[in-house]
Amino acid sequence: MTRLVVGPFNRVEGDLEITLDVDDGVIAAARVNAPLFRGFEQILVGRPPADALAVVPRICGICSVGQSAAAASALADAMGLQATPNGLLARQLIQATENLADHLSHFYLFFMPDFARPAYAGRPWYDAVARRFAAVKGSAAADVLPARANFLKLMGFLAGKWPHTLALQPGGSTRAPTSAERIRVLALLRDFRSFVETVVLGDDLENFATLDSADGLAAWADGRTGDFPAFLATAADLGLDRIGRGSDRFLAYGAYGLFPAGLWQAGGASTPLDPGAISEDTRHAWLAAGKPRHPAVGETVVDADNPDGYTWCKAPRYDGTVAEVGALARQAVAGHPLARDMIERHGASVSARVVARLLELASVLPAMEGWVKAMVPGEAFCAHASLPDECQGAGLVEAARGSLGHWLSVRRGRIDRYQIIAPTTWNFSPRDAADRPGPLEQALVGLPAGPNAPPTVQHVVRSFDPCMVCTVH
Amino acid sequence: MLRILWLQSGGCGGCTQSLLGSEPRSLFAELQGAGIEFVWHPSFSQASDGEARAILEACAGGAQPFDVLCVEGAMLRGPGGSGKFHLMAGDGRPLTDWVERLARRARWVFAIGSCSAFGGFSASTPGNPLEACGLQYDNDEAGGLLGADFRSAAGLPVVNIAGCPAHPGWVVDTLEKLALEGLTASDLDDFRRPLLYAEQLVHHGCPRNEYYEFKASAQKPSDLGCLMENLGCKGTQAHADCNIRPWNGAGSCLRGGYACISCTEPGFEAPGHPFQETPKVAGIPMGLPTDMPKAWFVALAALSKSATPKRVRDNAVADHAVIRPAIKKTGLK
Repeated sequence: MTRLVVGPFNRVEGDLEITLDVDDGVIAAARVNAPLFRGFEQILVGRPPADALAVVPRICGICSVGQSAAAASALADAMGLQATPNGLLARQLIQATENLADHLSHFYLFFMPDFARPAYAGRPWYDAVARRFAAVKGSAAADVLPARANFLKLMGFLAGKWPHTLALQPGGSTRAPTSAERIRVLALLRDFRSFVETVVLGDDLENFATLDSADGLAAWADGRTGDFPAFLATAADLGLDRIGRGSDRFLAYGAYGLFPAGLWQAGGASTPLDPGAISEDTRHAWLAAGKPRHPAVGETVVDADNPDGYTWCKAPRYDGTVAEVGALARQAVAGHPLARDMIERHGASVSARVVARLLELASVLPAMEGWVKAMVPGEAFCAHASLPDECQGAGLVEAARGSLGHWLSVRRGRIDRYQIIAPTTWNFSPRDAADRPGPLEQALVGLPAGPNAPPTVQHVVRSFDPCMVCTVH
Repeated sequence: MLRILWLQSGGCGGCTQSLLGSEPRSLFAELQGAGIEFVWHPSFSQASDGEARAILEACAGGAQPFDVLCVEGAMLRGPGGSGKFHLMAGDGRPLTDWVERLARRARWVFAIGSCSAFGGFSASTPGNPLEACGLQYDNDEAGGLLGADFRSAAGLPVVNIAGCPAHPGWVVDTLEKLALEGLTASDLDDFRRPLLYAEQLVHHGCPRNEYYEFKASAQKPSDLGCLMENLGCKGTQAHADCNIRPWNGAGSCLRGGYACISCTEPGFEAPGHPFQETPKVAGIPMGLPTDMPKAWFVALAALSKSATPKRVRDNAVADHAVIRPAIKKTGLK
C-alpha cells in the first residue's frame, strides 16, 4: 500500500488536495482535503442582517448569485415576506443565467481539457479533441468565451453585474427591466440558444431534452457533429459511463419551479425533502468536535490541531446518510428518464453528471424565454417588509453545483448565527463520525492511480464540478 | 511575450470569472494578440498535480522565467502566523511562503481584486482571526505580506487592481499597457491603483444623474431615484469608471438598481453602517461627494430639492418611469 497526495487540481474552482491509498495501482481509499479556510460564517456574525446580501456573494466568484439567492430567501423566510411575481421571475432568470453559464464553463474550460492530455495520444478521437479542447490553446475557447460573455449580458440588464450583484432582495429584485430591455434580453437568449444548438449539441434544445434512455442517447450521438457528441464518443471509448459512482443517493432542494425538491435512490420513487433531516458533522474537519448538529443550531469553531482532522470541510448528512447533489441529482429527483436510466444501469458516473448538465442547458433555456415573456410591465419587482429584531430563517436553493442552504438567526437586530452548507460540502464531504466516506471519496475507490495510470482520477473529480471556495466558506 | 504566473488564495475566484468575460474577443486570443501568455493559471492551465508543482518550483527557483505575478485573494497568515488557513495543495507549504518566494522573482507584482490589494472580506472579521491582509497593504496602511518597502524587480510596488470583483477591462488594459509601453509610478494613484480606471469616480456617467441633480432620492430597493441620500451609495466618492465602462454589456451597480459599496476602496467590506443604508448626521449624509465643500453641498441640495420637477420626484420612488418627459411642441432651441 502506498500513499499518494494529489494536488493542486487545476481547473476546479478553489483549492483541492486528495490523499489516495493505493494498492497495486488501484485506489483503496481516498480522503478529500479542502486546504483553504475562508471563515465567512464568522464574518457575518454581528452584522446587520441585510448585510448578508452584500457579504455572501463574495463567498464564491462562480456561484455568487446562488449565494445571494439563498441569503435573500433566508431573510424573506425570517420576515415572512413573499417576493412579487415579477421579482420572482427576475430572480429565476438571474439564477438560471449563472447556473447555465457555469455549466458551459465547466464543460469547456474545466472538464474537457483533460482529454487533450498526451496520455491519450493514439486514441482514435485524440487529435480532433486535443485541437478543439486543449487548455487555453484549443479552438473551442474562441467560440465559447464570447458566447458566454454575451449570455452574461443578461446580468448587465437584470442584475447590474456578475459576479457579486446586490440585485437579489428578499422581496424580489432591484431592477425592473424596461420594455425595450425585455426585447433585448429575448434577443440575447436567442443568440445563446443558437450557440448551444449549433456548436454544443448539434440539435434543437427540445429534441435533445426529450431523450429518455442511455441507448437513445448513444443513437442520437452517433455521427452527430457537435462538441457534446464529441465528448460522448470519447466517453464511450473510455467507459466513462461506468466509473465515478458515489453514494447513489441524490438530494435536491428544488429549482425554478421546474425541478422539485426531494431525495431519490435508484429503484425507488422520489421522497419529499425534509429540511429537518440535514445535519453536519465535524469529526474529520479542523474544527471543534461535537455531535452532528442541524445547521440552524450549527457551530463553526476552528481547531487547527484536531488530530482526526484532514480538511476544512464539514460532513453534511441527510437523515444520517451520504447524499450527492448537483445537476444529476436535480434531474434524477425530477424523474428525467435519461438521467434515471443512466444511474440505474451503472450508478452516478462521469458521463451521467456531464449529460445532466447538458439536459439542464436544453430544458432551462426555453423556460427562461417564457419567464421573460411572463413579466408584466408596470407591476412591482420588489416587495418590502421590515425584519424583526429576533427571528430565524432558512434559504434553500439550487446553485449550478447543487443544493445550497443558508440558515440565519437574528438577535437584537444583528446576525447571531449564520450557517451555510454549499453543494461541494456535500459532494466533497470528508468521513463522518461513523467513518462513512463522502461521495467523491467513494467514487474514487477502485480507480487506477499512481505512476503511468491514465488520468481517470482527474475526470471523476471534475465530473462533480467542484467549487472549493464555497465548500470552505 | 509578457509571461504571467497567477496564484489564488483567500478569495472567491470571482476576479478570474470576471476576467473570462473580457470582450469582444476571447480572453485568450486577446492576450495572445497583445503579446501576453500564461505560464500557469489555476483555472485555465492544463497542468495539474505534480506538473503544476514543478512549474511553480521552477518559477520560484529561477529556472522558469516569468514577468508578472498576479495574485487573487487575501493573504491568510493565520492561525498564529502559521499560514495553515491556506496550504498549497499537494505541497503543504503555506501559500504566503509561495507568494513571498515568487514575488522576489517577478518583474512586476499585480494584486488582482480588493482582497489581494487590501485584505478584503477575509480581513473583516472583528479581531481578524484569519490574520488576513493584502500583498502590500493591511486595509489602508502600507505593509501587508510583502512589506511597505517591497519593490519588484522592475522597481514598482505592488500594482493594486482593486475591485470586488475587478472589471475584466481593468486587468486586461493594465496588462496590455504594460506590454505595450511599460508602467511607471505615475500611472498609479495613491493606493497604487492604475489611473486608467481609478482616475474616475463611479458617479461619472451615472444613469441616475438627473435624480442626483435634484436630490430626488430612492426610498427603498428597486426605486429609480438617486441612491446616495438613503440607500448607501458611495458612487460620488469611490474611484472607478464603472458607469463609463459598462459591466456585462450594459450594467453597473447603479444600473442594476443598487448602491455602489465602493468595492475598489480599502476597508469597503466593513463600512461601520449597513451597506444599503446611508449614515447621516442631522439628516445629512456623512459621506459627501469627493471634492465638494459641505456648506455648498447642503445649500445646493436644499435648492435643488425645492426645484425638483414632479416627473423626477415621482419617478424617483417607483421602479419604472410613471411620468414621461414632456414633449415640447415648439421645436427645440
